[in-house]
Amino acid sequence: MAVVKDFETKHFPTWCPGCGNFGIWTTLKQALVKAGLDPHEVLIVFGIGCSGNETNFLHGYGFHGLHGRALPIAHGAKMARRNVKVVVVGGDGDGYGEGLSHFIHTIRGNPELTYIVHDNQVYGLTKGQASPTSEKGYKSSSTPAGVIEKPINPLSLALAAEATFVSQGFSGNAAHLTDLIVKALAHPGFSLVNVLQPCVTFNHHNTFQWFYRRVYDLAKEGYTPNDRVKAIAKAREWGDKIPLGILFEENRDTYEGDLPQLAKGPLAEKSLENIDIDPLLKELT
Amino acid sequence: MKKIVNNVTWKISGEAGEGIMVTGLLFSKSCVRAGLKAFDYTEYPSLIRGGHNTYLTQVGEEDVFSHDRSVEILVALNQESIVVHIDELSAGGAVLFDPDDKKVSVEGLRKDILYVPLQMAKIASDIAGNRLMRNTVALGASFALLEFPKEDVHKMLSDVFHSKGKDVIQQNIDTFNGGYDSVSKQQVDRFGWKIEKKKPKGDIVVTGNEAIAIGAIAGGCKFYSAYPMTPASSILGYMADHAEQYGMVVKHAEDEISVINMAIGAGHMGTRSMCATSGGGFALMNEGYGLAAITETPVVIVLVQRPGPATGLPTWTGQGDLQYALHAAQGEFPRFVVAPGDVIEAFEMTAEALNIAEEYQTPVILISDKQLAESHQTVAPFDSSHFEIRRGKQVTQKELDAGTVFFRYESTVKDGVSPRSFPGMKNGIYVANSDEHDGKGFSEESSENAIAMFKKRQRKFDTFKSQMPQPQLIGDKNADVTFVFWGSVKGAVVESIKRLKEYNVTTNYLQIAWVSPFPDETVTKVLKDAKRPVLVENNMEGQLGNLIREKTGFDIKDKILKFDGRPFFSEEIAAYIIKK
Repeated sequence: MAVVKDFETKHFPTWCPGCGNFGIWTTLKQALVKAGLDPHEVLIVFGIGCSGNETNFLHGYGFHGLHGRALPIAHGAKMARRNVKVVVVGGDGDGYGEGLSHFIHTIRGNPELTYIVHDNQVYGLTKGQASPTSEKGYKSSSTPAGVIEKPINPLSLALAAEATFVSQGFSGNAAHLTDLIVKALAHPGFSLVNVLQPCVTFNHHNTFQWFYRRVYDLAKEGYTPNDRVKAIAKAREWGDKIPLGILFEENRDTYEGDLPQLAKGPLAEKSLENIDIDPLLKELT
Repeated sequence: MKKIVNNVTWKISGEAGEGIMVTGLLFSKSCVRAGLKAFDYTEYPSLIRGGHNTYLTQVGEEDVFSHDRSVEILVALNQESIVVHIDELSAGGAVLFDPDDKKVSVEGLRKDILYVPLQMAKIASDIAGNRLMRNTVALGASFALLEFPKEDVHKMLSDVFHSKGKDVIQQNIDTFNGGYDSVSKQQVDRFGWKIEKKKPKGDIVVTGNEAIAIGAIAGGCKFYSAYPMTPASSILGYMADHAEQYGMVVKHAEDEISVINMAIGAGHMGTRSMCATSGGGFALMNEGYGLAAITETPVVIVLVQRPGPATGLPTWTGQGDLQYALHAAQGEFPRFVVAPGDVIEAFEMTAEALNIAEEYQTPVILISDKQLAESHQTVAPFDSSHFEIRRGKQVTQKELDAGTVFFRYESTVKDGVSPRSFPGMKNGIYVANSDEHDGKGFSEESSENAIAMFKKRQRKFDTFKSQMPQPQLIGDKNADVTFVFWGSVKGAVVESIKRLKEYNVTTNYLQIAWVSPFPDETVTKVLKDAKRPVLVENNMEGQLGNLIREKTGFDIKDKILKFDGRPFFSEEIAAYIIKK
């Protein structure tokens, strides 16, 4: 059985000291161990951004794709080899900006993917521009007068798109986040883990201290994540109180489970020999 | 009157939604089942209902590669059809029109053609209670004029409407007979063309898109993703219809960006993957195309051209995207581009593109166009018995367990191709990285590594170039004229060669099918010896000509270029050669 060290590479993270990404990196490794997975049994598909750089620090099959396009790569990979655990790691600009349509459309199909979003409400790698989750009025190099738009709410979007597992974690609470990722990995369908992750270099508003004063654990309040409408109400909480934990969970057929072609084993292992096209040619006479 | 036998062009014209496409294919298939050859061509605007639609079938005894401009039978379902197409009729040709239609008039029109009034709407209503079956009446009358045996078409109708039940079949046969019997012996005698049955050869009637889909299936494609876009959409429909039968997954994704990335994801896992689109969708795929190149992921991208830019002429044909395909996506990497010229090549090259993609771990673009994609051609049933599935270098679990460390992107490998492992395999872990990377796939920006990796990928191209099929000079070695072209223009060129024989002009042709890597040595050799090289392209700029100049220094000055959205007629090419 694998230990945490097995999921590390020879490269140490290049993130800024104190970056919220460290918390996600640590908890993801622990969660993969707790899920009983070996590095070779996992494919982790990354977007582009600070989160995507984790490619180099996490041992396992990796795919560092394009900005915003991690989900379709992961979905294609999952259809090809259902037996491989596929995890997707991206950021808020990456997944909720450039790749937002893939977010909604992937959710519709409910493929068994765990999507972990490093949500720091800012573009880190390009040095601090506003992101789709930046708060209204947030001042950045691309919005010196403050953001005019309202932020994307990824949790309510996912819930409205009929997601089957919607959750939120905080990189400042490692034990809680590890547990959340373990549950997401066990979910038979698409699982979203939106991780609030302060950018210590560029976002001086939504800091660790700012979050510590606001986050609370839904489970400790006796919340049951089985009602989509109640979940949407929880998802809209932002201000004095910010919920952590599973907002909603249900079981529904997966995309790959609905394909009879995949019932007899992975697509990638189908024989390509002696394919008979005669029935196709008969249709053309 | 002595009649012209088995060389006739038939055209039906009317509004969209009137069943013109179905009727046209019935005409073609009936002729092919009678042992003849057919090539058809459709024109339609980007509309579901209304607009002006045509379906043309060229019938011959020998292989037919394209269609003529001149028409011998015109079925005109409305007045516009008469006005637009009357000049296309050969002298003595026939127009079938409905005299009951108050909007239709043939008064004062050409005197040298035959007018055949046919109560299409009345006969269809009387027999089938449905005036929409006018086409079937017209089909009957057309075959009567051509002295084609009724019974042969009855059998065709029974097969085509098999799934709709006995009543529908009988209704179609009766309506067909209604049209057939309303043509008088006198009219038949005055018409100068006829069809005589030959020994049926069991040929198939197939479009380029169908050929690509069947080639993909035969070539082991198991994942196909697409977003609908004319003229590539029918590949998606075909693949979806046969997905379960052949154990394929076919995904209609939310956009072409998702399409290419899904195909890359599936290809990465070891599934043979393909996607298809037209220019606009291909533009969205560009970044993904480069991703497949740098991660060395096999995927075949079918680019079915229509004239652009932007939405352009969405339902028409052209070859304006060759230079685009050759330069798509940022950065420098080997771009593999293959361009089939007819349905047989479309079938074979698609299967081969899937091989090349896996052997060289690369995206391969297969470029086609609306003319090839949607025209039906008559050929012997495709033969896949000589196909071999070549999957390229893949490590086995046993090799990975042997103890040496596995480097997925080993840059020193001589032919540029380093073996692949797949997620799930022990000791085979690596990162497929869109950043420049080292042997394990980790991001690496050193100067030495960048040079080594650029060269590694380029070596794959050089390896393939040394082994790739070379273009052949077809025809008389010392010919007066050497046609140089790529893609679907082949059909009209081959037909024009037949015409030019009658004028004692000797010809040969050089078709460039593998466009990239470019076969510069062979092309240089051929052009050096050619008496009069003539470039034929369905675009404005002469894009292959420019490529030839770039790669060989040879400037072909004699150019036949057409860029109005229409394919070449063989008459046009022949006329150009004779005039000059």
